[in-house]
Amino acid sequence: MNLLYTDVETDLRASVADLLGTHSTDLWPRLAAVGVSGLAVPEELGGQGASYRELAVVAEELGRSVAPVPFLTSAVLATTALLELSEDASARSLLSRLSSGAATAALVVPLSSWESWPDGRGLVRSVADAGSADVLLVPIEGRLHLVDAADVTPVVALDETRPLADVAITATTPLAGPGDDAVRAALVAGAGILASEQVGIATWCLETTVAYLKERHQFGRPLGSFQALKHRVADLWQSLVLARAAARHAADALTTGVDVPIAVSVAQSLCSTVAVRAAEECLQLHGGIGMTWEHPVHRYLKRAKANEIALGTPTRHRATLAPLVDLAGPTVGA
Amino acid sequence: MGEAQERVAALLAEHDPTTTDRLEFLRARFDAGLAWVHFPVGLGGLSAPRAMQQEVDEALTAAGAPDNNPRRIGIGLGMAAPTILAYGTGEQHRLLRPLWTGEEVWCQLFSEPGAGSDLAALATRARRDGDDWVVTGQKVWTSSAHNARWAILVARTDPDVPKHAGLTYFVCDMTAPGVEVRPLRQITGEAEFNEVFLTDVRIPDSARLGEIGDGWRVAQTTLMNERVAIGSRSSAREAGMVGVVAETWRAHPDRRTAAAHDQLLGLWVEAEALRLAGVRLRQQLAAGAPGPEGSAMKLGFARLSQALSGFEVEFLAEDGLRYDDWTLRRPELVDFTGRGPGYRYLRAKGNSIEGGTSEVLRNIIAERVLGLPAEPRVDKDVPWKDLPR
Repeated sequence: MNLLYTDVETDLRASVADLLGTHSTDLWPRLAAVGVSGLAVPEELGGQGASYRELAVVAEELGRSVAPVPFLTSAVLATTALLELSEDASARSLLSRLSSGAATAALVVPLSSWESWPDGRGLVRSVADAGSADVLLVPIEGRLHLVDAADVTPVVALDETRPLADVAITATTPLAGPGDDAVRAALVAGAGILASEQVGIATWCLETTVAYLKERHQFGRPLGSFQALKHRVADLWQSLVLARAAARHAADALTTGVDVPIAVSVAQSLCSTVAVRAAEECLQLHGGIGMTWEHPVHRYLKRAKANEIALGTPTRHRATLAPLVDLAGPTVGA
Repeated sequence: MGEAQERVAALLAEHDPTTTDRLEFLRARFDAGLAWVHFPVGLGGLSAPRAMQQEVDEALTAAGAPDNNPRRIGIGLGMAAPTILAYGTGEQHRLLRPLWTGEEVWCQLFSEPGAGSDLAALATRARRDGDDWVVTGQKVWTSSAHNARWAILVARTDPDVPKHAGLTYFVCDMTAPGVEVRPLRQITGEAEFNEVFLTDVRIPDSARLGEIGDGWRVAQTTLMNERVAIGSRSSAREAGMVGVVAETWRAHPDRRTAAAHDQLLGLWVEAEALRLAGVRLRQQLAAGAPGPEGSAMKLGFARLSQALSGFEVEFLAEDGLRYDDWTLRRPELVDFTGRGPGYRYLRAKGNSIEGGTSEVLRNIIAERVLGLPAEPRVDKDVPWKDLPR
């Protein structure tokens, strides 16, 4: 188990952070150009052959800037599902298109899915990045299908930085291989990586709050000199220490394949709770300015809260955890 | 074979742990530099990297060698030893060997009835008298004082300067005339701690650690080491309080409710994350990049043990109303697992007070880690004798 950041990961973080700092409108192509879109794809299919540890570091940076890019949906969820089916020639060819950034894909399940998901023949609601994806992957009757024709209706999302759409499929081509296993693997990997995105969000919220508390004066003193406020940010820092360790453990577990289900559900439930609290505290400690559209904290709050629901809520992840750690609940009707 | 293994093999070859007397073995281990390998040669160490210690400990445990019962002599190991190493004279360094073997137990004479979190306000006076200091005052919350041979002591040597400037740090002989130890009974019924009354206790100037008036700085070395020690325990999943409470849950399927289930799982998740943060902290240390996360561990440990023990008492309902034993006892160790849930609940209340309160710790995190400005202070430039008490 390695819970630290390697030198390679630190370098990757720096190059992603540089790009994100440029406020470019064509962020995804530029991230793709440095290999972010194909991190999880093996080198023989044109990708980087990196591990989930590197994906997690990129997710942290994307969380830190709430960047509106299809990293989670295309480079993590769709890519992981396709990798499970890479015996199929169309899956392989799609993987190389995704890894070069020539196309993006979305897995047609509600973003809130965890452990189960609707069959794609009906209307599938709240699918992340479906509106912008070049390719849709749809689970139908235990197989994963490539979509030939679909009605995609964008909906207004709580988190505008990760757009949602409702999807109705009309024609598809099935991929060979166990589609349900592919979707399950995608959701587990996605949940594990999302924990690192939450850590990035919480980090930004803490840093921004601390900077504001140093600079803003009231009652003739910097706000940060008031103990009542100090204790709140100290507690936030404390929970971020735990969240970072849990998120690193999930990324490491996904990489080594050891302890995956426990590591992912621990990280997902803890990091989501910490990120939402960090964003809420950031807003509160900024006072009135925190409620305005002008201040960026609202985007972090919306992303953190939407992420809390995405790929399983904390409550659902705790329920998932229960049998894995031998902590069964009450016996219903006994 | 690495250096650690070679040295362990040499020690074992000369002192067969199955036939050697425990104390004799521990002394030999100290003399071989395998007590704390990062200490200097001659003082129980090899000036080796800290990371080597784990290898040494594991190899010796595997060979069936006796250990020095580090929990029982925790104050000496965790607080006195690093301070003696940093500030002690050659003469004082001789205290390290019996400290490490456990032949001599240490206690800490810091807190006072009027100076707990505000430690620098302490009133125990040390007056110079020739080659000696004469010490008078009262200390409190002193664990192990009834077993201790030595104490680390902070006393006021100059009341005319601001409070942090007038302190001096000593090694106090607990058998000296004028030292009186009285048990202090706590809410658990136990007397784990003591009050220590010092009446004209003579301490030779050679037992001073650091310069006269530099006691605050010396005490910081002690306190930082204490916080690290308190926060960085167990590394196995479900070790400690969470394991006890999880077992209680498993033993009582009839008492489970859905609400309690989610609450327990939430605490379990936090305990697991705290464990992982501890693993991460140790990995940082091993990589030579220690971070400030030790204070996060201490804060989290206190909050979690209180939440878990409170949960357990409530979950046990009618059994939670009972208590195992109110007899006044004098334990050598805090033993959460050997006592009942009521004891755990009450004792855990001390976790956010001992070794620096959670409130003081939050101030330290806010100011030293996050760089927030200090709260305005009224006591900074005022001589200690003029402060309201």
